Amino acid sequence: MLTLDRVSKVYKVGAFGGTELRAVRDVSFTIAPGEVVSLIGESGSGKSTIGKMILRLIGINGGTITLGDTNVATLKGAAVRDYYREVQGVFQDPFSSCNPIFKVEHIFSLVRGVYFHSLSATEWRTKVAEALGAVALEPGQVLHKYPHQLSGGQLQRLLVARALLLDTKILVADEIISMLDASTRIDVLNLLGELKSRGLGILFITHDLSLGNYISEKTVILRRGRVVEMGETSKVFGNPTHPYTRMLIASVPQLNRRWGDESITDPGPCRVHAASPSGSAGTALLVEVEPGHSVACFRVDEGLPC
Amino acid sequence: MSLHITDLRVYYRTLAGDVKALDGVTFEIADGEIMGLAGESGCGKTTLGNSLVLLDGRMKHVGGTVMLDGIPLPIADFDAMRHFRYRDISIIPQYAMSALNPIRKIGKMVGELLESRGVRYGEIRPELERRLELVGLGLDVLQRYPIELSGGMKQRMVMVVSTLLDPSLLIADEITSALDVSSQKAVAQALQSFRDQKFVRSMIVVTHDVSILYQIADTLAVMYAGKLAEKAPTDVMMQRAKHPYTRMLIASLPEVGVRYAEHKLTGIAGTPPSLLNPPTGCRFRDRCPLAIEQCAEEPPFVEVEPGHSVACWRVDEVAAPKDSAA
Amino acid sequence: MTVGAVVASTESVGRRREILYFALRGRKVLISSSILIFFAVIAVAGPLIRPGDPNAFIGPLAAPPDGQYWFGTTTFGQDVFAQFASGLRATFTAGLLGGSIAALIGMAVGFVAGYRGGVIDEILNMVTNIVLVIPTLALLIVVTAYLSARGIFVEALFIGLTSWPWAARAIRAQTFSLATRDFVDLARISGVRSLRVIFSEIAPNMSSYLFLTFILLFGGAILIAASLDFIGLGPTEGTSLGLMMYNAVAWSALPLGMWWWFIPPGIGITAIVGSLYVLNVGLDEIFNPRLRES
Repeated sequence: MLTLDRVSKVYKVGAFGGTELRAVRDVSFTIAPGEVVSLIGESGSGKSTIGKMILRLIGINGGTITLGDTNVATLKGAAVRDYYREVQGVFQDPFSSCNPIFKVEHIFSLVRGVYFHSLSATEWRTKVAEALGAVALEPGQVLHKYPHQLSGGQLQRLLVARALLLDTKILVADEIISMLDASTRIDVLNLLGELKSRGLGILFITHDLSLGNYISEKTVILRRGRVVEMGETSKVFGNPTHPYTRMLIASVPQLNRRWGDESITDPGPCRVHAASPSGSAGTALLVEVEPGHSVACFRVDEGLPC
Repeated sequence: MSLHITDLRVYYRTLAGDVKALDGVTFEIADGEIMGLAGESGCGKTTLGNSLVLLDGRMKHVGGTVMLDGIPLPIADFDAMRHFRYRDISIIPQYAMSALNPIRKIGKMVGELLESRGVRYGEIRPELERRLELVGLGLDVLQRYPIELSGGMKQRMVMVVSTLLDPSLLIADEITSALDVSSQKAVAQALQSFRDQKFVRSMIVVTHDVSILYQIADTLAVMYAGKLAEKAPTDVMMQRAKHPYTRMLIASLPEVGVRYAEHKLTGIAGTPPSLLNPPTGCRFRDRCPLAIEQCAEEPPFVEVEPGHSVACWRVDEVAAPKDSAA
Repeated sequence: MTVGAVVASTESVGRRREILYFALRGRKVLISSSILIFFAVIAVAGPLIRPGDPNAFIGPLAAPPDGQYWFGTTTFGQDVFAQFASGLRATFTAGLLGGSIAALIGMAVGFVAGYRGGVIDEILNMVTNIVLVIPTLALLIVVTAYLSARGIFVEALFIGLTSWPWAARAIRAQTFSLATRDFVDLARISGVRSLRVIFSEIAPNMSSYLFLTFILLFGGAILIAASLDFIGLGPTEGTSLGLMMYNAVAWSALPLGMWWWFIPPGIGITAIVGSLYVLNVGLDEIFNPRLRES
């Protein structure tokens, strides 16, 4: 179980690092085994930053990320390698993820060099073949090729297979299908569904609400680094409460309805302040709208009174 | 305005041979029509859009004709096309919004662009300002640098500039792909309003996103591996598409509401054929669940009902309506 | 794949064929490598053809070229051709050593600064800038005053220690852009440690760039060595092309019309350094197809 507790990331920008850019503010959620959590946000929402913090590619400024009882930020040396045994990631651009001057088997041999140097050549080959079989690829057809000789869909599946070589418990999938064609997207997405049923916990980072709704159990909606709404996917999509969520859902082009057919009714007063009138605007509190569905203060970013 | 394209063939020159990116495409666009051109990567839709206006050195026009309002367009002649470019046909190329000079104020860039086309900036300024307000951009945007604008704002800016001289035909190449969902809606609706306000007579909107096209396009044309698979009015396409590729493509789109646990969507197995040496016969044959022996011969693009054309031998058998999801 | 990607992959299939094709036919590469090989052959074969100390006084004084002394003799009766061949060796050695030292330092500084960024980058930048602004000539004069005997190695060391900054800057910039690519992140989440990431992921991607940088450093080192020798700050023993020119000027070869003493070394230096720079341009065209003339 991966837990994020009030995680923040602040960048110092500008001349002499004078200005602060808050990329992620006070984000908390969990990823349990066997569940897919969608992290939905537009560009600049901080969703990729969260993914990178979980993968220890960038540092955490505030809050904690814990895998079980281990604090991710304090790991050093061999403990880091053990962490990557359980937490892996796949990125957005398959052609950028594979070093273009090596054949694709290089991404597997990297893992072998660190984790499996005691295996014999035959044992290793069997292991790789098994992982490739789980993503419906034939070793003979793909391993000896260069990245530009394969399609985006094949490369993404290879990268998922690589993530499965270890005892992966949590997979961070950062926009993994946004660069794929519509017909191959579904195959990779269904692959994630299969992995979920095998007990993997998946963080599905995306800007596409339809995909998030399709594959996930829990949804977290991110806006400018803050969580505005989160909960069970069916409840968040069925009963969107925060004005931002409602705007997002209304903007999604759907195949059975034209824009403008639906009307955005007033969501009513801010739920946070309805629950605790003495709280001030701009808090990070999430208030439960219904079991398994929480929403943040409506005026958080604008700093307006409710 | 009317556009007639007959058997257009445009190939790319490479060291390994000719890539047959566009291999025989025939269709028409009527006055006031927004045609959506959809398909996956490598299908030739961007080549089609570019070849009408911007045939560059790598591409060669191998055959076919393009008639705009009864006049044949000399698409292979870059200099001769200058006369038509921007005034009669305009294009918003795929990465236009990233191509804005970062150290020029927007207004200055627009002015230079117009002067290079022989249009006096001062004369056209009132119209420019009127249109900027129409798409929801304040007049102060002309004083800003590109980096100060969001993606959606830049894209709308590019749209206004590209259509300032009221071209008959506008080609919009993937203008919504790099935008957030909320900006996509604003940009797509702005595009539609250009046609409604008669700034542009007709449009070809090239994109891989079929759901956006459903919202704004009158007709849809689906391409596969350099050829047209199907063309029909949008509602007809959604309800009774006949080409197996179109049906499978639409079936693989998750509309909001479909969930994995309830109804697992299926993709299309396999990959499109190489355009260097495309197979003979129907190009979708290897991936088509309905392929028969006759598919070894290329099916003609025939009209099955008014405005609805399909390139498939089995078009008469595929009569059942599209399976609705869930 | 987009049409662009299809086109790119079909082109890459023939890319190795392409590189070989241009490498063997590219005029710049062919001509410049031929010139370099020609001089290298002389450098190697020379002492075998004319054995013995090139500075020995063996021939007639100030004799123009003839059948026996191909490049004539100096004011003191030394064989100019023997000096030339031996000088070529020294010049090549100084260039190779000096260039290699500069390349190693430049790579070390550039890779670390580009990959790590942050404070380390700032510190290394400061070091680079300091070395860049040091007046090397003044420093060399001071060093010379303290070392009574100098060999080629000291000269090469000095060149290496002072000419690396631009290489470090260039390598740092390249490393910066490569370090942000996803495959570096992928290596990191595979548990690969930083040093190995630099050597096995980043450096191989820049191999052509590193090679070209080395060629430029090599050429630059030869030029600097020749210049230093020419003003008398070179090695105290042996001979080199620059030293030949120094002697020629010192003993008034020009007003006396002894063209055979200074023209060969002059042409030698110019041809070698020029060929190296042209080789650099030619190879760049091969590695970077966008620069090709066709």
